[in-house]
Amino acid sequence: MAQKITISPLTRVEGHGKVTIHLNDEGEVIQSKLHIVEFRGFERFIQGRPYWEAPVLVQRLCGICPVSHHLAAAKAMDVVVGAGTGDGLTPTAEKVRRLMHYGQILQSHALHFFHLASPDLLFGMDADPAVRNVIALAKSSEYKELAVQGIMMRKFGQEIIKATAGKKIHGTGAIPGGVNKSLSVDERDFFLKGEDPLNADAMIEWAESAIALFLDYHKKNSELLDNFSRFPSNHLSLVGDDGALDLYHGRLRAVDSEGSKILHDIDGQEYLNYIGEEVRSWSYMKFPFLTELGKEKGWYRVGPLARLNTCEFIPTPRAQQAFEAYKVYTGGKPNDMCMHTHWARLIETLFAAESIKNLLEDPDILKDDLATKGARQSEGVGLLEAPRGTLFHHYRVNEQDQITMANLIVSTTHNNQPMNEAVAYVARKEMSGQKTITEPMMNAVEVAIRAYDPCLSCATHALGRMPLEVALYDSHGCLIERKTR
Amino acid sequence: MADLNNFTIDGLKCLAREGTSIIDAARQNDQFIPTLCNLEGVPPKGACRVCTVRVNGKLMTACTAKISQGMEIENQTEELNEMRKSIVEMLFVEGNHFCPSCEKSGECELQALAYRFEMTVPRYPYFYPKRNIDASHPRIVKDHNRCILCKRCVRAIKDEKGRSIFAFLDRGFETRIYLDPDLAGQLTEERARKAVEVCPVGAIMPRGEGFKTPIGRRKYDRHPIGSDM
Ligand code: SF4
Repeated sequence: MAQKITISPLTRVEGHGKVTIHLNDEGEVIQSKLHIVEFRGFERFIQGRPYWEAPVLVQRLCGICPVSHHLAAAKAMDVVVGAGTGDGLTPTAEKVRRLMHYGQILQSHALHFFHLASPDLLFGMDADPAVRNVIALAKSSEYKELAVQGIMMRKFGQEIIKATAGKKIHGTGAIPGGVNKSLSVDERDFFLKGEDPLNADAMIEWAESAIALFLDYHKKNSELLDNFSRFPSNHLSLVGDDGALDLYHGRLRAVDSEGSKILHDIDGQEYLNYIGEEVRSWSYMKFPFLTELGKEKGWYRVGPLARLNTCEFIPTPRAQQAFEAYKVYTGGKPNDMCMHTHWARLIETLFAAESIKNLLEDPDILKDDLATKGARQSEGVGLLEAPRGTLFHHYRVNEQDQITMANLIVSTTHNNQPMNEAVAYVARKEMSGQKTITEPMMNAVEVAIRAYDPCLSCATHALGRMPLEVALYDSHGCLIERKTR
Repeated sequence: MADLNNFTIDGLKCLAREGTSIIDAARQNDQFIPTLCNLEGVPPKGACRVCTVRVNGKLMTACTAKISQGMEIENQTEELNEMRKSIVEMLFVEGNHFCPSCEKSGECELQALAYRFEMTVPRYPYFYPKRNIDASHPRIVKDHNRCILCKRCVRAIKDEKGRSIFAFLDRGFETRIYLDPDLAGQLTEERARKAVEVCPVGAIMPRGEGFKTPIGRRKYDRHPIGSDM
């Protein structure tokens, strides 16, 4: 008879990642599932609210990347107020929003790499979580400087957000059809010529040195970084009209694991014709897929790895150089190495830093032509590349300006299947033939999920361990063990 | 100047014309008495009770009581401010006030007073009433969730014949603000703008725009309520 081991009490933590693993009679893993308890109440309680509230209200979904939701909702409402998409806005509005977005990419990517990932890499994935964190990094003489850089990069990004959105978190800068402020000369100079090291040039330099740090680590640990949780998949993201990496605006493109286009640069307003969402009984979160390929084959990854697989080039020189070296590693083919997401993220960090500098040097960000309007529409879609991947906001608005429908597909949802694949990989590798859940197994699950950096509060815990629950079932469906932390 | 009266506010010697309301007299003497329903130049209502002061030992609303010779008024006392804070807190729990997504945030008198009284944690249970938004008028959106029934709009927005364009509908907890259907057409652009302006909260908002003023430049961002006196 199967033995049932339960470790209790189980503390429910918000955003707790829960993994279940099923074994067959031989003790092999036959199925694993990552359950994410995500409450999407926003789509319901935004109904009835005036459309201009959406950018400010919906961003409350997240405290880490609210700017993404703020901008995606504003982009959808640009369409509603008749300002259109892309170059429909005034140059000032478009550029101030881009600045806000790249400020957020910089701070979020810095948080992710310096606070979350670098301790894993530098202290080792098996290191005690009590010392595998950014505080320990800051305390060690070897990595102190690195920790300081991470903290300062975040600060710089957050100050950019404050200057463009009004507040570091949950600002109001983007309004339907434009922005409510541009930059003053003082604000611009603060970022451009600010006291060392808080200026755009320092950010570019630090982003470059972070890439060098990763490459150095990669040299010594290529076996782990290349093979851990590696699996082929499709990749989806926005790309600029010319195929450039563009995190603020573009057309939707997807490529398969060989790099062939499977979604041909479509207009985001028509996403419903190309993307479906499957509901599975065991998860609250839907599973999106490309309808043409179906549920089985149509799932895809989003995020830094996917973006560098779909775009053709990066429109800033230093990031382009790093991108070329990155592409050489896979011979120009899509990169499916999960841990290379960190590499891709750092290249994007450099791109964000260079983009910030370019935007700051553009006189348009100082002008006052802030917003525009056209013929009112009843529906709008706003797409954006959030730090963790493509973000969709879709709204319908009635004649009385009230929102009647909202559909949000966040990057964590797009990455639902890939994260399940990653967990399955870890489960097969670490659990087959095991009767108990081991500590390295818990660590590996954490590292695999963290590569996607989903919007789970657990993935964003800067200190300590990811709240995680793993349950192991035998072939009769009886619980063998449940481990939580 | 026979009609000038001497009085004190918190012991400070003040002067005002006889018949002036205490709240106006205080303003003329640079003393801040908080209020949510009173509006300069519009007949007082005594609806919100936030301006309650002690006059010669008795509690009175400063917007309806008039100045008289030798009055001793207590205003900024711990007891009164605690009472005012309670009123503000009750107004918060009685409606649905979500400052984070409200476009009046930073320019809202209710929010500004909550900051002034350091309202940090809720002391009263929230009612979470089910209220709707009425966006049927082409110029304004009425959000009943935020209305504190101060009656400023009813008293201040009138047509050329002096008739109130806004009115109260129903009674008690069901009371809500209402646009007289016969007069709704009289809500011109200018009157609509004024209605938005006089509403102390975000219950009357202009159609098709919001969050126009950036954070940092809103009314109370730089000058918290009462800080100019
Ligand atoms: S709508 Fe505004 S002004 Fe009118 S009663 Fe309500 S809170 Fe007062």
